[in-house]
Amino acid sequence: MAAVTRGLGATAALSSANSKKFQFTTRRSLSGRKGSFFAVESNGNPRSSLNRHNNRTRQLVTNAVATKPDSAAASTVSKPGHELLLFEALREGLEEEMDRDPHVCVMGEDVGHYGGSYKVTKGFADKYGDLRVLDTPIAENSFTGMAIGAAMTGLRPVVEGMNMGFLLLAFNQISNNCGMLHYTSGGQFKIPVVIRGPGGVGRQLGAEHSQRLESYFQSIPGIQMVACSTPYNAKGLMKAAIRSDNPVILFEHVLLYNLKERIPDEEYVLNLEEAEMVRPGEHVTILTYSRMRYHVMQAAKTLVNKGYDPEVIDIRSLKPFDLYTIGNSVKKTHRVIIVEECMRTGGIGASLTASINENFHDYLDAPIVCLSSQDVPTPYAASLEEWTVVQPAQIVAAVEQLCQ
Amino acid sequence: MAQLTRRTTDLLKPFSAALSSTRLLTTTSTTPITVETSLPFTGHKIDPPSRSVETTPQELMNFFRDMALMRRMEIAADSLYKAKLIRGFCHLYDGQEAVSVGMEAAITKKDCIITAYRDHCIFLGRGGTLLECFAELMGRKDGCSKGKGGSMHFYKKDSGFYGGHGIVGAQIPLGCGLAFAQKYSKDENVTFAMYGDGAANQGQLFEALNMAALWDLPAILVCENNHYGMGTAEWRAAKSPAYYKRGDYVPGLKANGMDAFAVKQACKFAKEHALKNGPIILEMDTYRYHGHSMSDPGSTYRTRDEISGVRQERDPIERIRKLVLSHDLATEKELKDIEKEVRKEVDEAIAQAKESPMPDPSELFTNVHVKGFGVEAFGADRKELRAVLP
Repeated sequence: MAAVTRGLGATAALSSANSKKFQFTTRRSLSGRKGSFFAVESNGNPRSSLNRHNNRTRQLVTNAVATKPDSAAASTVSKPGHELLLFEALREGLEEEMDRDPHVCVMGEDVGHYGGSYKVTKGFADKYGDLRVLDTPIAENSFTGMAIGAAMTGLRPVVEGMNMGFLLLAFNQISNNCGMLHYTSGGQFKIPVVIRGPGGVGRQLGAEHSQRLESYFQSIPGIQMVACSTPYNAKGLMKAAIRSDNPVILFEHVLLYNLKERIPDEEYVLNLEEAEMVRPGEHVTILTYSRMRYHVMQAAKTLVNKGYDPEVIDIRSLKPFDLYTIGNSVKKTHRVIIVEECMRTGGIGASLTASINENFHDYLDAPIVCLSSQDVPTPYAASLEEWTVVQPAQIVAAVEQLCQ
Repeated sequence: MAQLTRRTTDLLKPFSAALSSTRLLTTTSTTPITVETSLPFTGHKIDPPSRSVETTPQELMNFFRDMALMRRMEIAADSLYKAKLIRGFCHLYDGQEAVSVGMEAAITKKDCIITAYRDHCIFLGRGGTLLECFAELMGRKDGCSKGKGGSMHFYKKDSGFYGGHGIVGAQIPLGCGLAFAQKYSKDENVTFAMYGDGAANQGQLFEALNMAALWDLPAILVCENNHYGMGTAEWRAAKSPAYYKRGDYVPGLKANGMDAFAVKQACKFAKEHALKNGPIILEMDTYRYHGHSMSDPGSTYRTRDEISGVRQERDPIERIRKLVLSHDLATEKELKDIEKEVRKEVDEAIAQAKESPMPDPSELFTNVHVKGFGVEAFGADRKELRAVLP
């Protein structure tokens, strides 16, 4: 399917015949590159078999909250798989891990009898019992601390924050105990805890319930952060996070819970530190994660129609960054746009900009453009809230400006 | 152990020296001795245990030796700090030794202990060696945390000592988590989560206590009340300084923390209670001779008379010394010999720790993650200390 899209883009490009759009610099020239760019990728492989990371994510889901099944052809190549929503994918991943390892337990507010405020743990209390799916009182600091203490002895708790913003109350435990205990004990204790919960700007939830905590947690040494965006990677990342011996914070997004996708029947675990190539391209690298992936893909549709060829990468791993994938992309396209929902000041985009500048400065033709949310508390009014986050139109404008 | 003899009469004293080769080893006997605690226990929503504590001569001598070792170690740490071999924060435990040895006598190494930053002696009580202790204080490789933790981060996983925490009160939810794991795996052990009178006003204590009581976790919260939260006296910080009553629905017990046998009895009682009925709060009424830490002289908020008064009347080592002498288990001289031996041991450990090397620069990047990703990390100037996170 991507091959078809590529072909279209190339045709459009040829017909517009604007040589400026295709900046083939001789500096660090890509090997095997010829004038015809239809089917030959930069590393010499045919376009259709490019995606070495995973073959699943080729459908372009453009709507952020997709409610109808995706019309793209089934992305699985082996078995038909089964369709489910993102929260069901999380549930499936969690259930498989709890079946596999009796040390995995869940703690959080309303995870047990209520089934989870976003139904991720529905049915678990009946299946696993009240001690293993623990309904906690509203005491984030303490139950996160309890999870960390339990992890020190060998349990693998999964802590659910009902909303990521509530985890600010547990910041001391996450920063000082979760992140640092492995180091300050000289390696004696490991903290295999998973902290997960929905964050991000929802539908008029108000300022305190629309927070993006990635930026606050990213400097804590010792933890890992991942953000899921599709049912496929949600299940894979959940399983990987539980199996990891490091403390992992899994960021979900409130508006993505009802995304539907077909995922494989067989068991799979994704790599926590790997980024996902959503749409390979040639002109500009767009780095994004979580919900902004869908805004970017929507913008990509417009861009492709206008003749651009953006490469879209869902970085997925927020700490550490997958500089290998990102670097290869930068070396290919020489232009980077970061589209994120995090705050402008000190956000993931800011760190990523610094990281790419430090490591790949020579490969960049233009300064990195970072599109992030405005540095304001999220307002309640729908029109204002819409403009707090990056919209597809802004992405299109930024790409056009960058690729001049 | 010094060989001891049973003193018969003063007449035979010169003979006893001649008979040294035929002394009886009475300290290894397990004939029980009953000791009365100095003060009765006070209970909150619970019947306090009796004041009579069973002990053996062996245990008495062990108490004396262990407490003398701890006292000597803390005083040596004081001199090392003033010699600038220990830097940063150093919180000394002298005066409070009875809490540590009494607790150890009542529990096993499978029970967990977690405490705050005044952890040197508790680490020793849990089986840590003097070398590990001093090396960690001086930031050397042979330290218990490989020199990367420091005074406030002593840990010993194999004997259930979970630290060593710098942030006041944060160890209490961790302790309840340890108790949760013990309940989860159904091994009949308990967790002692220790904190001070300053931390007793933290909200997370009550949150954790609520959860522990809700789920009947085998958690015992031990308040080491030395009456001063750094420079603030307890009556200036707490409306209700009866910390053992603070649990409200959770029973509490107050014991004299300067009496090792009272501590032992209270901990034994608490362990039985926690395994059957869930959490209990213990308050140990104790005192620290040094200031809060080495940067605090300890005399601006309390009088020297108070400190010396407590030292004269309530010192834990003196109490054990009197008990040993009154039960004829050792002579004055033998006890002094033990103290000299202990001093020598501490000095040797310090000498050995001083020779231990500093950690390798590559150790800066080890143990950040359990399994690394080959991510590169740079030093400040991006030239040195470059390493791949293992």
